[in-house]
Amino acid sequence: MNGINGAPLLRTTGLSKSFGAVTVLEDAGVELRAGEIHAFLGENGAGKSTLAKLIAGIYRPSAGQIERNGRPVTIHNPREATELGIALIPQEPRTFPDLSAAENIFVGRLPMRSGLVDWKSLYGRAEELLHELGVALDPRQPARSLSVADRQMLELAGALSLNAEILLLDETTASLTPGEVSRLEVILRRLSAAGKSIVFIGHRMEEIFSLCDRATILRDGKIVGERMISETSPEDLLRLMVGREIGEKVVRGSVPTGKPLLEVKGLSQPPLFHDISFSIRRGEIVGLAGLVGAGRTEIACALFGLSQPTAGTILVDGKPAEIRSPRDAMGYGMALAPEDRQKQGAFLPISLWENASLSSLPRLSRRGWLKDSVSRTLTTEWVKRLSVRCREIEQPLHELSGGNQQKVVLAKWLETQPKILLLDEPTRGIDVHAKTEVHRLICELADAGMATLLISSDLPEILALSDRILVLRSGRIVREFDRSEATPEAVIAAAGVSTGLPDKPRSMVA
Amino acid sequence: MISSRIRRLWNAYAPEIVVTILLILAFVISGWREPRFLDAAYLFDRSTLYTEIGLLTLSMTLIIVAGHIDLSVTSIIAFVGAIIATLYSRYGIPFWLLIPLAPVFGGFLGAVNGYFVARRNLPSLVVTLATMALYRGMAQILLGDSSLMTPPDYTGIERVTLPHTYLHTPLVIWITLCLVFAALLHRTVFGRYITVTGVNPEAALYSGVPVAQTLIRLFTLSGAMAGVCSVLLLSRLGVARYDHARGWELDVITAVVLGGTSIFGGRGTIYGSVVAFLLITIVQTGMGVAGVKAEIQVTAIGLLLLLAVLLSRLTTGRK
Repeated sequence: MNGINGAPLLRTTGLSKSFGAVTVLEDAGVELRAGEIHAFLGENGAGKSTLAKLIAGIYRPSAGQIERNGRPVTIHNPREATELGIALIPQEPRTFPDLSAAENIFVGRLPMRSGLVDWKSLYGRAEELLHELGVALDPRQPARSLSVADRQMLELAGALSLNAEILLLDETTASLTPGEVSRLEVILRRLSAAGKSIVFIGHRMEEIFSLCDRATILRDGKIVGERMISETSPEDLLRLMVGREIGEKVVRGSVPTGKPLLEVKGLSQPPLFHDISFSIRRGEIVGLAGLVGAGRTEIACALFGLSQPTAGTILVDGKPAEIRSPRDAMGYGMALAPEDRQKQGAFLPISLWENASLSSLPRLSRRGWLKDSVSRTLTTEWVKRLSVRCREIEQPLHELSGGNQQKVVLAKWLETQPKILLLDEPTRGIDVHAKTEVHRLICELADAGMATLLISSDLPEILALSDRILVLRSGRIVREFDRSEATPEAVIAAAGVSTGLPDKPRSMVA
Repeated sequence: MISSRIRRLWNAYAPEIVVTILLILAFVISGWREPRFLDAAYLFDRSTLYTEIGLLTLSMTLIIVAGHIDLSVTSIIAFVGAIIATLYSRYGIPFWLLIPLAPVFGGFLGAVNGYFVARRNLPSLVVTLATMALYRGMAQILLGDSSLMTPPDYTGIERVTLPHTYLHTPLVIWITLCLVFAALLHRTVFGRYITVTGVNPEAALYSGVPVAQTLIRLFTLSGAMAGVCSVLLLSRLGVARYDHARGWELDVITAVVLGGTSIFGGRGTIYGSVVAFLLITIVQTGMGVAGVKAEIQVTAIGLLLLLAVLLSRLTTGRK
């Protein structure tokens, strides 16, 4: 079923997007057809959200073309996308908590009568739209009191009120309960039957297979395949998603066997994570895999004293550790390279050496007076050792590329001479070359005795570096893999991207 | 080579360079219009009128570099003054004993601000707006609308000069503290923690910087400085009143911002604040001497601030 002239409702050709030197999407061509539910599939960072955001006018393409009903169009901003009948429903709905449901649906275009808001017509129309969607919801209710799922419905209703023909749902089901997911599926099927074109971005195979007609699979910013769902299998799609050979083989030495350096027993912090137990030996790299939102970052933060777990114990070198602040954690030889480098790791306007020395200042000072010359010397050494590409160490950090910024953040922590390294997405958003260097560094450190917890959404990275892999799902460790038994398909399946295979029970934790 | 070094210096310190040039200009123009202005004795004599603002500028620089604000300092001056005068005249506690207690009282009142900002995570603008009213109100409860005399032998210490110089006591205190604060901000771990907290408080926390402790110490210091100012003001005026120093906080913030400290935190120097404070003082004094009306003076300061900020931003493209 197609739109006017038999052309698809929307077609992209050669669509590319780069941020600075980093290309996140390259030469993407897709066709969105009326009455079809089309899945964009891929790992985190594969480029599926980028593609959706280009179509919805949130990003502007670096190259390539978009055709709407066979006519080339340029979409400068979301408003123009709206005028073209394109709407994006984000994972986190953009609602104004203090406005009513109806006001949120019609935000920015409330029906007016002689200069005043026409409340009667507002609530009437909102009620109609919600009824059309089959959602039982009082339009007068403030959005604050609504669940995420209901707030997504407000977004959807808003898009429908604008006569959107193309609906892009960006990981909309990620934060929904199973019941809410099936309600959404019913609604989407009805909309699709009414001739809308729906793009569904998600991870969960069961949703893809019960809902979608067609799938476009992306990997590393490129489209690697298109499949009709009726003619494919979950295994086939997973292979396409993960497919690549792990680019750079890092050689890990023999698996360490000594006593555990870090032991975590029954750590809980509801609702983020429950009953987390694991241990890391000296020289061991333990990977923590799982979907975004499974609780990986939260566990690292709790270990590092940034939040307080409600139950459980942490032992360092066999002795219980009292960790109430990052300071305490540092006292036990821990270091955390956080997930969001720009927000949590980097001080962009100040110099390289001020960044790199910050966490070691108690050591790099005497009675509170800074020993800046020592800091500068040390930073120079780290810059050399990590091959940070910079003009000089006086340079402000923002002048460096993402990968080099990350190396400076790592240098900041390595200067503290840690024994336990918590790495949260250490190579996110950095180029391939820097990534290889960071991988090599992680292995070198482990060989020198560092106990490392590696959190990463990059599956090949986790598989290449980890001696053991823990898989987290909804805040619980559901599986543990040895290096030898970990395959991409098995880890993905355990993480909750179900392939239809039953989960094996979690193996024993040392 | 040289031009690239100048370029770099300019990129890093444009606001400081701009206010320095403005200060030299203001000095030359004022001296040319009014020769008395080049008389050191006259200049230093006038300077005592502004010492308290000069002192508060120093601690306010630290506060603003940390990404915060302290509006309550001038109310702390009045409140501490009221406490001291009351203890002296109603309870007969010797005045010399109360002088060293002034920074302690002030520090305590500042620590209250620090507690709410650091431990309760309230915005400092709101906290100090509240305590600005609270402390001023408590000063008025103590004193009512009347003035309380302080002992005559402590009045006028600001007129005492260092032997063989024109330097009055408050000026000596101010110069000393300028050096102390410059060292504190630029040479100590505390100062570095203040700066990085202003640059990115979340990253500071993640980097193991004791953010809360730093902020509490900082607000305590700010209050203690207000306590010192309180003693100087009592000595200069000879009476305690609840409305002392009212409105000065805005002059203080003006000087700090004019000196190139980012109002969003993370960037600033004591040098810039000191020069900007001198610039404002000279512009006001110069205009006063030249018989310019007060309202014109205020207008000129406003224009000066806009001009300085624009000049340093236009050329560096700093956000």
